[in-house]
Amino acid sequence: MAGLPPYASTPERIWYYLFRFLCGLIFFFLIFPIVVVIPLSFNAVPFFTFTQEMITLDPAGYSLKWYEDFFTNLNWQGAVRNSVIIGIFSTLIATFLGTLAALGLSRPHIPFRTTLMGILISPMIVPLIISAAGMFFFYSRINLQGTHIGVILAHAALGTPFVVITVTATLVGFDQNLIRASASLGATPTRTFFKIIVPLILPGVIAGGLFAFVTSFDEVVVILFVGSFEQRTIPWQMFSGIREHISPTILAVATILVFISTLLLTAVELLRRRNERLRGIRLT
Amino acid sequence: MSTEQAILTTADGTPLKISLQRAMRRSRLKALGLVAPLFVFILVSFLLPIGDMLLRGVENHIVAEELPRTIPLLSEWQPDSATIPSEAVFKALVLDFQQGAKNKTINRLGSRLNYEVAGISSLFRKTARKSRTLTSDPYQEAMIKIDKQWGSIETWKLLKTFSSRYTPGYYLAGADLKLNIDGEIQRQPEELRVYMKLFWRTLRLSAIITLLTLVLGYPIAYLMASLPTRTSNLLMIMVLLPFWTSLLVRTTAWIALLQQEGIINDFLVVIGLLNDGGRLPLIHNATGTIVAMTHILLPFMVLPLFSVMKTISPTYVRAAKSLGATPFQALIKVYMPNTIPGMGAGGILVFILAIGYYITPELVGGISGTFISNRIAYHISSSLNWGLAAALGAFLLLIVLALYALYDKLVGIDNMKLG
Repeated sequence: MAGLPPYASTPERIWYYLFRFLCGLIFFFLIFPIVVVIPLSFNAVPFFTFTQEMITLDPAGYSLKWYEDFFTNLNWQGAVRNSVIIGIFSTLIATFLGTLAALGLSRPHIPFRTTLMGILISPMIVPLIISAAGMFFFYSRINLQGTHIGVILAHAALGTPFVVITVTATLVGFDQNLIRASASLGATPTRTFFKIIVPLILPGVIAGGLFAFVTSFDEVVVILFVGSFEQRTIPWQMFSGIREHISPTILAVATILVFISTLLLTAVELLRRRNERLRGIRLT
Repeated sequence: MSTEQAILTTADGTPLKISLQRAMRRSRLKALGLVAPLFVFILVSFLLPIGDMLLRGVENHIVAEELPRTIPLLSEWQPDSATIPSEAVFKALVLDFQQGAKNKTINRLGSRLNYEVAGISSLFRKTARKSRTLTSDPYQEAMIKIDKQWGSIETWKLLKTFSSRYTPGYYLAGADLKLNIDGEIQRQPEELRVYMKLFWRTLRLSAIITLLTLVLGYPIAYLMASLPTRTSNLLMIMVLLPFWTSLLVRTTAWIALLQQEGIINDFLVVIGLLNDGGRLPLIHNATGTIVAMTHILLPFMVLPLFSVMKTISPTYVRAAKSLGATPFQALIKVYMPNTIPGMGAGGILVFILAIGYYITPELVGGISGTFISNRIAYHISSSLNWGLAAALGAFLLLIVLALYALYDKLVGIDNMKLG
């Protein structure tokens, strides 16, 4: 497919361009819904549609008032604060516990490896509605339902599988001789850990942490059940906004989130490249 | 062979075999020690709640808790005797009702039994209200005067059948079955058989969504796998950006696109394909769910397909063509069979994710496009029938775990890739 050979017949040429056109349409389907949100968020009227003024590029058709609403409305500001607090604490718990577990799982001679792995990544496998239902019932019993701690614990549990998977992946092919070499040169186990292991697994840990943070930041189902208005996060606020009174503020928030996810995507990609470079895998 | 084989020892004289075993055990314990904190955390914060939920589907404490005096006496009563229970049972019942009314908990009883016999809760409300003033016997007569249902064997059978502390009732209800008052399993009446239909709809819509992601994902994965890395990386961004964008953002976008006054309908009206009155109902039905979820889950299909296609050497297709295959034959007979692992991985992954979806069907699915998850959520937060929610959740969990076992067999959960 890389370029059309000069001897290609007419049907082949037609198929080649038709195929590319079809693929173009599919890419359009993938990207258009995300891009279309951006201009709509600058709408001057409280609808999800393009007005006549917007199409003719009349400045009167555009406004920043939905962004202003987002930055001044206490409901949204509370949601931002909660999202950040819950995201950070659940990520810290998930990253710490997940990294330790991944180090254990990657050691040679670990018994029951498959079973352990299956249990540890189960929060990623079980449908969110079931996790949400179970946590709602259980956390109500022990009075954690509707508390920040309950939500943080729930989100940490949902985030750990991503840390376990990314860090385990970084440790694949980890040369155990490095640890022996370090020990034979007189380093204590602690020193070996911080000077040898940590720098090597750091990209995996950060990527896993990012995944855990995004999971918490983007999570709606569990927080709807385990949390209450006091714990409202940005997705919680968006969900109730869409259900009750639809306002383009949601689109403004969506635009900001698209921007953030683009940044995160770039960060993860850079980490991945760094990791591959460190491990001597050349990008072709 | 010499019997006097020297035993290898370490410097301190212990046999090497034992020493090695010791070292291995230490290493194992260390590894397990590292895993332990997370294991305990997942156990307490995640697995215990799930187990608790599964148990809740069989718990039936309400009847026994609300009628602590009546139920033990009732165990001696024989429904087959065709007589209603004795005065002593009635007295216990009145005392239980008075106690329950004082604690303001008696209404739980009516709502609990109402799941089994629709409409019975009014009997309990009425009795709770009127039995408060009863202080002397004959209780039997007085109760039957309050409502003659207390003189009917059926009412007492109902209490007896559902008085056990555990019941299969919710799980049966989730499978459109029920216990009748004689304790036999029978099918729900025709008009109440909703859950099997809902499970089928969930599976059917998920299958359609999976098929659509395959049809749309295959060509673009193929294109990306055949282009030089620099170009395909650019295209990959177009797949990863939706993947990384918040689920709610994408659902919101589809609401903006699909609604009656939305962008697609507006566009079709402007170009004259539709008149203003004939706008298409694209949202709040199954169409809305299918379109939005196909878009949301497409990256989960493209990524495994792409990673498999990347490993297929282009020489295979070239060889097929040089042996006389037409390009179409080469694609169908040589290329596609090689991509089956990718199709399987992507297909099962998308299907598993689809059947558990809640948010998108809730917001764009209306009535005809909702899934079993939406029903579970409804029973948790609106109808408060938690036992039934737990039972439906258990069935959904069972399906998902079975599919994951299949996925594990085909792909290996360890090989799951992220981004």
